[in-house]
Amino acid sequence: MVELTIDKKTVSVKEGTTILEAARRVDVFIPTLCAYEELNHTPGACRVCLVEVDRARSLVASCVYPVAQGMRVRTNTQRVRRARRAVVEFLLSDHPQDCNVCVKSGSCELQAIAELVGVRDVRVDRTDFSTHRIDDSSPALVRDTSKCINCLRCVAVCAEVQGVSLLTPEGRGFDSKVVPAMAADLADSACTYCGQCAVVCPTGAIVERDDTEKVWAALEDPKKHVVVQEAPAIRVQLGEEFGMEPGSLVTGKMIAALRRLGFDRVFDTNFSADLTIMEEGHELLKRVKEGGVLPMTTSCSPGWIKFIEHFYPQLLPNVSTCKSPQQMFGALAKTYYAEFAGIDPKDIFVVSIMPCTAKKYEASRPEMRDSGYRDVDVVLTTRELGRMIRQAGIDFVSLPDETFDAPMGRYTGAATIFGATGGVMEAALRTVYAVVTGEPMPDLNIQPVRGLEGVKEATLEVGELGEVKVAVAHGLANARKLMDQVADGTADYHFIEIMACPGGCVGGGGQPLPVTDEKRAKRAEALYRDDCEVQEFRQSHENPAIKQLYEKFLKEPLGHKSHELLHTHYTQRGV
Amino acid sequence: MSNAELAGVDEFSKEEWALVDEAIEKYKGKPGSLIPVLEEIQAVTGYLPESLQRHVARGLDVPLSQVYGVVTFYSFFTMKPRGKHRIRICLGTACHVRGAGRNVDQLKKSLGIDVGECTEDRKFGLEVVRCLGACGLAPVMVVDADTHKQVKEAKLDKILDGYRDEPDAS
Ligand code: SF4
Ligand code: SF4
Ligand code: SF4
Ligand code: FES
Repeated sequence: MVELTIDKKTVSVKEGTTILEAARRVDVFIPTLCAYEELNHTPGACRVCLVEVDRARSLVASCVYPVAQGMRVRTNTQRVRRARRAVVEFLLSDHPQDCNVCVKSGSCELQAIAELVGVRDVRVDRTDFSTHRIDDSSPALVRDTSKCINCLRCVAVCAEVQGVSLLTPEGRGFDSKVVPAMAADLADSACTYCGQCAVVCPTGAIVERDDTEKVWAALEDPKKHVVVQEAPAIRVQLGEEFGMEPGSLVTGKMIAALRRLGFDRVFDTNFSADLTIMEEGHELLKRVKEGGVLPMTTSCSPGWIKFIEHFYPQLLPNVSTCKSPQQMFGALAKTYYAEFAGIDPKDIFVVSIMPCTAKKYEASRPEMRDSGYRDVDVVLTTRELGRMIRQAGIDFVSLPDETFDAPMGRYTGAATIFGATGGVMEAALRTVYAVVTGEPMPDLNIQPVRGLEGVKEATLEVGELGEVKVAVAHGLANARKLMDQVADGTADYHFIEIMACPGGCVGGGGQPLPVTDEKRAKRAEALYRDDCEVQEFRQSHENPAIKQLYEKFLKEPLGHKSHELLHTHYTQRGV
Repeated sequence: MSNAELAGVDEFSKEEWALVDEAIEKYKGKPGSLIPVLEEIQAVTGYLPESLQRHVARGLDVPLSQVYGVVTFYSFFTMKPRGKHRIRICLGTACHVRGAGRNVDQLKKSLGIDVGECTEDRKFGLEVVRCLGACGLAPVMVVDADTHKQVKEAKLDKILDGYRDEPDAS
């Protein structure tokens, strides 16, 4: 142990601890910008965390400087404050003055730091960005390197959490910037559009593509019948956009807000999540019984789909042919619902609210037009919906609870847990078990597949099928671990669930910011509460709206209509 | 892509590709081998275009972004072909005052390239340098190992002709 003082507080910590960590231990605040605790990421790049150490000639970066016995650290001296301000001024000199028109304004860490350290003027020459080019080639994300401060958080998350390793600093020195490999546009790269880089980026250098104007336009168009669906995770994170506690379950307020925005029908992606379980569960049984390709993997996470298309194209036959709940919903909205309501599908406009940036891309895939139209017209992230609700002047927190519209608004607890890692697996097993044995699982809670462990496994006795072995991974670096096993033939699982984002959709690329594991866990807990305390049914096949859908329209799982509307194929992309 | 296919889409010969693969093979699986591999390969091919970087990434099983990051970080790696004859114009203060800038403009025009590029026939590459320490001879232009002193715009073409006419060794 090493003892030191920080601003006259004595602290004793393990050798090798940084000054910053020691300071946090005794609640001494030191501003940081490039460091990112969740990833243990301290590139020492920004110098905002400078402190004064007795007898050291220059100020030191506290996030990388190790403590020493008897060290005396001061974090709030005139010298430190001046240096911090100079450092931020320098950063701002190479940064556009765009705060008023920047989508990140209000949640930008650079903006907050500039305010905190008291920058009132930038006394150095500013970079001219007039000819600067923004990469808006992708349907999901927009990259603007002029706003990049080279903190390398995105590089770290893309490599370590997502195993994609697309991003890299290019060149060096003042002109260095972070780019995709070969400085390619995102649309020409192996980017999965997961948006985790946008989640960790402290500035507006990587953000979701803002599609709110398209939705406003549709809502104002009298010829359009605008329907909306919301992913399971939205109801446990939308409240955070309005200052509510993480883990607040706001289903009723969410519906009320959407009605007030002017949507003609408020439906639910959870409805089609139950449908996904019906189709995917039967697909799994078919593969097991008929000797199809195993292990089968889930297909609801579009970041995961793009990842496997690039990095394991040889394993595409393992992926379930089921479309994601979002796309099943879209295809049905313009067929089943159009028929039900007697509306010409060309006048139906489908909006999705998703915790995910890759969903924007998924909706734009050319094969997602099985209704004869683009199945899902616009995808908004939770953050964008938050923006619309604020623009409309709706006081979200005091909204009453309202309920979904029929016929695509009912759901079961099995659907709602789709939003957390392991949820699809749990939901599928509940229904598969019931279909095989004719009775519900003795305990519907499958604990081993819950929680934030990177890779989870479970084995279950399922009637005449015998032992069913399953695995769950979230974060694409964890998916790699499982796929490497599948590729070399050492995986003996039947079914694998993969979610591209850490924590599953509760940690998606479009979620409210900033995010921590603690918040992801609280959001997931709220979903499990919705499952076991709020919902009348907890197994997808019990959903009355789904029963009605099969009776009136689809006839049977994996039937002719299902194949036409609810199943899809994938593209070998490579890197 | 196989080597033959790759050889078809760019200018490297079968022999060069064989040497490239030899370098990759030699270092494969050894940590910290990216820079030496790239060095060896550039010694063979002269430059590291995208196709080669992809080949190295695949061969060493490292992300393409890492290869690209290293290639752009170190100035001795280049993604553009270097000319057979390397023209370097000194832009140190002495040369600058005596019209080196005009020489650069003139060369850009007559060769049809920018600084850092090389001509389509790969004969000449144009670079500028800070100071060659030959201020007494300003403005100075160095072609390969030959120093040309007090170079005037009008003399440039003639100097280059001396390299142009030289029989092609390859
Ligand atoms: S990234 Fe932050 S500091 Fe830069 S313009 Fe946007 S809000 Fe302002
Ligand atoms: S969206 Fe995901 S895959 Fe693409 S660059 Fe960002 S972190 Fe990497
Ligand atoms: S893009 Fe954002 S996260 Fe990536 S280095 Fe730049 S500022 Fe940091
Ligand atoms: S936070 Fe310490 S250098 Fe950026």
